[in-house]
Amino acid sequence: MLRIRLVEEALAERYADQEMRCPMHLCIGQEAIAAGVAAALRPDDVMFSNHRAHGHYLAKGGDVKAMVAEIYGRSTGCSGGRGGSMHVIDQSVGFMGATPIVGGTVPLAVGAAWAAALKGEDKVSVVFFGDGCFEEGVVHESLNFAALHKLPILFICENNSFSVYTRIEERQPRRPIHVVAQAHGWDAWHSDGNDVEAVNAIAIEAACRARAGNGPQFLEFDTYRWREHCGPNFDDELNYRSEHEITAGKAGDPLLRSRSKLLQDGAVSDGELDKLKEEITDEIDSAFEFALSSPVPTYADGAGKVYAD
Amino acid sequence: MQTENPIRKKTFAFAIREGLQQAMENDFSVILIGEGVPDPKSIFGTTEGLQEQFGRKRVFDMPLAENGMTGICIGAAISGMRPVMVHQRIDFALLSVDQLVNNAAKWHFMFDGKANVPFVVRMIVGRGWGQGPQHSQSLQAMFAHIPGLKVVMPTTAHDAKGMMIAAIEDNGPVIFIEHRWLHYVEDHVPETNYRVPLDKAKILHTGDRVTVAAFSYMALEAHAAAKALHSFMGIDIEVLDMRSVRPLDMDAVFTSLRKTGHLIVADTATRTGSIAGEVISRVAEKGWDMLRSAPVAVANPDHPLATSHHMSDGYYPGEQTIADAVIRMLGGDKVSGDYEQLCAALRHVGPHDTPNRSFSGPF
Ligand SMILES: Cc1ncc(C[n+]2csc(CCOP(=O)(O)OP(=O)(O)O)c2C)c(N)n1
Repeated sequence: MLRIRLVEEALAERYADQEMRCPMHLCIGQEAIAAGVAAALRPDDVMFSNHRAHGHYLAKGGDVKAMVAEIYGRSTGCSGGRGGSMHVIDQSVGFMGATPIVGGTVPLAVGAAWAAALKGEDKVSVVFFGDGCFEEGVVHESLNFAALHKLPILFICENNSFSVYTRIEERQPRRPIHVVAQAHGWDAWHSDGNDVEAVNAIAIEAACRARAGNGPQFLEFDTYRWREHCGPNFDDELNYRSEHEITAGKAGDPLLRSRSKLLQDGAVSDGELDKLKEEITDEIDSAFEFALSSPVPTYADGAGKVYAD
Repeated sequence: MQTENPIRKKTFAFAIREGLQQAMENDFSVILIGEGVPDPKSIFGTTEGLQEQFGRKRVFDMPLAENGMTGICIGAAISGMRPVMVHQRIDFALLSVDQLVNNAAKWHFMFDGKANVPFVVRMIVGRGWGQGPQHSQSLQAMFAHIPGLKVVMPTTAHDAKGMMIAAIEDNGPVIFIEHRWLHYVEDHVPETNYRVPLDKAKILHTGDRVTVAAFSYMALEAHAAAKALHSFMGIDIEVLDMRSVRPLDMDAVFTSLRKTGHLIVADTATRTGSIAGEVISRVAEKGWDMLRSAPVAVANPDHPLATSHHMSDGYYPGEQTIADAVIRMLGGDKVSGDYEQLCAALRHVGPHDTPNRSFSGPF
């Protein structure tokens, strides 16, 4: 969680240099879901994601250097610079790809689970998406098919209650999202998404059930996006959410909560946490250094590979 | 007598908004829907204040359900409403292609003209700031391939307003494509409620040497090339702002071609299967005798756009590409004039991936 937060804060800070020239969606405030779910997975389990992908990618073990270089548009990036922040991939750790057309990767994750089932592998497939994405038809078609075939898949719905500036109440009837999946025959789970231990406990059980052949698992986690939908800044001045709501949202900070819990339990000391932060900061600094010292590509680097060899 | 202010400079985005507003004032059955329509950014300002003016029963946000909502709008359209739907990127509208192609485009035809689908779908083509493979496509030809769909791409703010009103008043589905970089461009936009036809090209620059039939943003690039060619090389090209992709105003192309004998078609899309290709094929069929040289398509390379700003530098053809194509067409060295100065005038200053200097991302 701390690593995701620090990477994204560094990205936000340096975005103003105008060297990261692509849309960028930060998950600051939502890190517990990525961290809690990924920690419940095996390295060979596969993961798909959406436009807000940095946290998922990093939690699965995605290479931080390659991600930062990607956002800087360098060929050393994880997608060769062709994708930017919204299209990251690290297949070596089972991160199969993230794309920004809402709902686009949801059926792909089901397809990956289907392939695993067809091949007799015991891995699970996981896809992250938002509450807005749940409105897309393709999600419901995927729910149906995955249930029909009892596929080893986890849907992780990160409910931050907004699609861009539009509240969920403007878009969906007042019923919990996960009950819809339940009606499709899925096991459904729901919890506070800012409590990393709760997320992790659910994810462990859900992954076990999916792996054991009990069929698809739908996990809905409530959370809050701190910054603007797209971009490095806060957008409180737009007034689409009240000061009170923002304050309350941030009060649920998953990092603070887990920090005080860890300290309270005596699991770590302040000093150890500081040292961890230092190590991560060093890692991040060298990732930016790597990105910025990578050769600057040209037009031709982004031209080929339209068709498979 | 009331005289109108002769120049009322307004942006394309403002013109869209005013067109929507006046069409909604004219006709209570017009409703407006789209993801973000009433939000603080109001689709790049193009829907600002409309929900306040017309209320929540006529101006709506919507669930992220492009396919279903398109069908719902078609159902409303055959039941007496005149919906206008907006997609912030044309790429998102791809989710609704079944409804547009199988239902909207064919309803009138397949039921023997018994019902109409008065439905405008605004789609915005993205460019710059790392829009990348899934936010930068220019898919007009794909929609124009479908009989039953009208497809328009206004270039000027004046035409954006007039064509918006005309599109809403049209009794069939109209795909209304806006290039994101045009939203900032200003033009004279009369305050009156006026219409611009959905099937006519317009001459942006008069000339007799080469015809440049240009679409959307490329019409501006062609216009800039025309001015520079005139000033520095004494070459007058005729720039047609095509305005409509389907139907194509081939009469306007032939009229110009009769004068010039040379044709360049400038498109905002990738080359293969493009509308530029369609224009050229029609000229080959019906205007062969008018041609004094092989026609040229100026279009994007046949690959998706990479996100990296380093890799997108060089992807888009522009003013210089068009000017060079004109010079080559007229025989290269045989044209005289100050080529250096022309290049200097057309040289792009500032970043290649922003519509203007004040743009700093992120979307
Ligand atoms: C098909 C499609 N429609 C619209 C968009 C524009 N868009 C990008 S992200 C987004 C909001 C998605 O909300 P949600 O799924 O809740 O995820 P969040 O951004 O809250 O993480 C929208 C509308 C898109 N990228 N693709």
